[in-house]
Amino acid sequence: MRATEFSPSIPSRPVYGGLRPHGALPSLMLAEGAGGEALAELAKADPPVMRHAQLFYVPSGAPAGPDLAARLRGLGPASYVEGPSWAALRPRFVRALADAHMGTRLYLAGSEGLIGQAMAEALAAGLPLEAIDAEHRGDIARRMQCVHCKGITENVTTDPFICAHCGLNLFVRDHYSRRIGAFQGVCVDAETPGIVPEPQEIKP
Amino acid sequence: MTSLMLRVTAAESLTPLVKRFRFEHPRGATLPLFSGGAHVVVEMPDGDMLRRNAYSLISDPQDGSGYEIAVRREDGGRGGSRFMHGGVRPGDQLRVSLPLNLFALDLRARKHVLIAGGIGITPFIAQVRQLLRMQLPFELHYAARSRTEAAGLHLLPDVPHVHAHISDEGNRMDLGAILSGQPLGTQVYTCGPEGLITAVAQSGARLGWPKSALHSEVFQAPPPGRPFEVMLARSGRTIAVGAHQSLLEALEAAEVEIDWSCRGGACGRCETRVVSCHGRIEHHDHWLSEDEQSAQTRIMPCVSRFRGESLIIDR
Ligand code: FES
Repeated sequence: MRATEFSPSIPSRPVYGGLRPHGALPSLMLAEGAGGEALAELAKADPPVMRHAQLFYVPSGAPAGPDLAARLRGLGPASYVEGPSWAALRPRFVRALADAHMGTRLYLAGSEGLIGQAMAEALAAGLPLEAIDAEHRGDIARRMQCVHCKGITENVTTDPFICAHCGLNLFVRDHYSRRIGAFQGVCVDAETPGIVPEPQEIKP
Repeated sequence: MTSLMLRVTAAESLTPLVKRFRFEHPRGATLPLFSGGAHVVVEMPDGDMLRRNAYSLISDPQDGSGYEIAVRREDGGRGGSRFMHGGVRPGDQLRVSLPLNLFALDLRARKHVLIAGGIGITPFIAQVRQLLRMQLPFELHYAARSRTEAAGLHLLPDVPHVHAHISDEGNRMDLGAILSGQPLGTQVYTCGPEGLITAVAQSGARLGWPKSALHSEVFQAPPPGRPFEVMLARSGRTIAVGAHQSLLEALEAAEVEIDWSCRGGACGRCETRVVSCHGRIEHHDHWLSEDEQSAQTRIMPCVSRFRGESLIIDR
């Protein structure tokens, strides 16, 4: 599976430049599902990168085939931590950020929800944006924040969708909050209550 | 540029080469407060020349009773520092611009690392006061050749955040050690000679620091050079720039209207379009990008000079 190519959008919509080798600097790596392949490719392009890497992996959603988790562990990272979800790994990831020093790089690969949330933690911990590489892999579901009730709906795949918190019909915007790592959902039938366009699959 | 006529109330030698000056309002009025890293531009009427030099404020940013600066005598310079050292005495009045800060602390940082070389200590003196008052984590590394030359030691508080690196005591500054192991969210500020700023950039790059976390201010007065001539496109006049004069000063002497603020090639205010250039512009600014500089289509008259056949600028 390749890195996702997103269709052109507003300039503020996040795009992901991909994982690039930066030499043997200390690093944190976090991947989810198919994102693990992006880390494996990075290790192939730049073998020494693994020796200085603390790797965090959420195998859920990884495509079938050779066991990606075992492959990642076999690449010999300085440390390897696996968890069933981002929520489960988050405390350890945040702890690793707190112990990190300037010069540390962060590599993120997986869904937009994971990239966005991990990036928000990293920025809050003081990691400069330029120290972060991200690559989108896997499904294109979005993490959406309802601008009305502020509730977050995960894994949104249709536009419009129904807010999991307040039940409004929300239009999927490309406007994004870096602080909370989510796109914004805006009521689609505020002016014409009840007239809601047919939901469409969202596209990359 | 808004300015005030201020009275010199103290002039004191800190070291054989560095003098501290204090300015107060002649009627005792309170002066506008500033932030650490701010500078003022002092006007120096020197014979028939009016010189303007920028100096970092070294007094307490929260103290409006006066402004203080430290001036190092540069015998090879253009004469501004010699004027201050030789001619300025308590009781004199000088025109001083309101403070402007082009080297402010990034207050979003988790920690601040200040690195000074020689007289580059001046902007940090006010910043240290600000950081101590705000109780923000910081460390200051101050490199000087010898203790007698280290004017900053007379101006800095005696706190554990301040590290002096005196090379003739065999205690040189180790940039690799300073930049290693700093917590996430640290910002670095360097002020001093060009060589120090380059060395910090190089060590930083080697250790993986993003450029955006490394700030610097080269403390620069306009460098003297060979005299040259410039033609002004709007009036068709040609003006001469003396060896110890900047192009900006020559434009001012010719009463050509031009905006300025830092007079050190950092703020961008004096940027001027080049209409035609047969020769080489000696760019000394930190404003134009490398590409813009090599294109020779813009010049910063406060610091940059020209060598060659003819230069026509859009003034
Ligand atoms: S006056 Fe600031 S760049 Fe020339």
